Amino acid sequence: MTTVRHAVFAGARDALPLMIGTLPFGVIYGTTAVAAGLSPLAALAMSVIVFAGSAQFIAVSLISGGAALPVIWLTTFVVNLRHALYSATVHPAAHGWALRWRALVAFWLTDEVFAVIEKRLMERGNEALLPYALGAGGGFYLNWLTWTAIGAWLGQQFPDLAGWGLDFAMIATFAAMIAPQLRAPTPVVVALAAGTTAWLARGLPFKLGLILAAFAGVAAGVWMDHKRKTRAAAA
Amino acid sequence: MTVAALLAGMFLATYLTRASFLVFGHRLRFPPALKAALHHVPVAVLTAIIVPEALAPGGQVDVSVSNPWLVGTLVAAVVARLSGHLLLSLGVSFAVFGLMRWW
Repeated sequence: MTTVRHAVFAGARDALPLMIGTLPFGVIYGTTAVAAGLSPLAALAMSVIVFAGSAQFIAVSLISGGAALPVIWLTTFVVNLRHALYSATVHPAAHGWALRWRALVAFWLTDEVFAVIEKRLMERGNEALLPYALGAGGGFYLNWLTWTAIGAWLGQQFPDLAGWGLDFAMIATFAAMIAPQLRAPTPVVVALAAGTTAWLARGLPFKLGLILAAFAGVAAGVWMDHKRKTRAAAA
Repeated sequence: MTVAALLAGMFLATYLTRASFLVFGHRLRFPPALKAALHHVPVAVLTAIIVPEALAPGGQVDVSVSNPWLVGTLVAAVVARLSGHLLLSLGVSFAVFGLMRWW
């Protein structure tokens, strides 16, 4: 019993630095969601039900841009598809877990929670991994809900925040997230293809241009990978 | 647009990816080509959101150095690229944006 409790605490403790790192994003998400027209309760409900930071951010910018529901759903799916990779990575270690625990860990499997679980998996194998994962996931979940609630409250207290350029906060955050990756040629080509397509297709209804641009960027990336592989094979 | 439909769809779109292997297990295999393609998704999607918002804030095309959205976004990108520090780059870009808008 004590090893279980220890593992739960260890998971929550190891997730703590990442929890602090998400503070500004949780608050900005909550504030912008309310500024985009969601009620504070709906903004919080999205964190409770969906629990996917980057997808929630993107959904809010799509909502304020007047996107259609299927575009928001499809974008959410595409943005979160990488989580299937996390699911596949944890799966071999989760063999003996009851279905309900696997289902719960899956619900909490964000980028950050996966990073914490994977590190533990590398260092300790699957020794007490389930309680550890529950501690990390549960801690991170409560953390995200707390910052979201504070942000939503701020958004409600200061309704003029929308006019203060919160839309800018969102795109500046995105720009700061991708800029460090633009060292290698492939991500630069991906960004150029996606950016150009998004610009040319910006007049399409329901923000469909975003989906087109995402596919153009990914296609350019796949093409670059292919080119590098054939060049490596020829050398 | 109803909030319930928005959240239900987003929940499914998110949970299906995370539950895929953990819940449905052995019957699945992750195609390597898809794995390689996924690698490019974040840069593609985020750039696709940034470009129209920075070059035409609120739908008004403004490709000039007096456009706070454009200049601020470039500042955020350059500082993040040089310093590798996310919060620093947000702080600097918010300051530049604020100065350009209200001074």
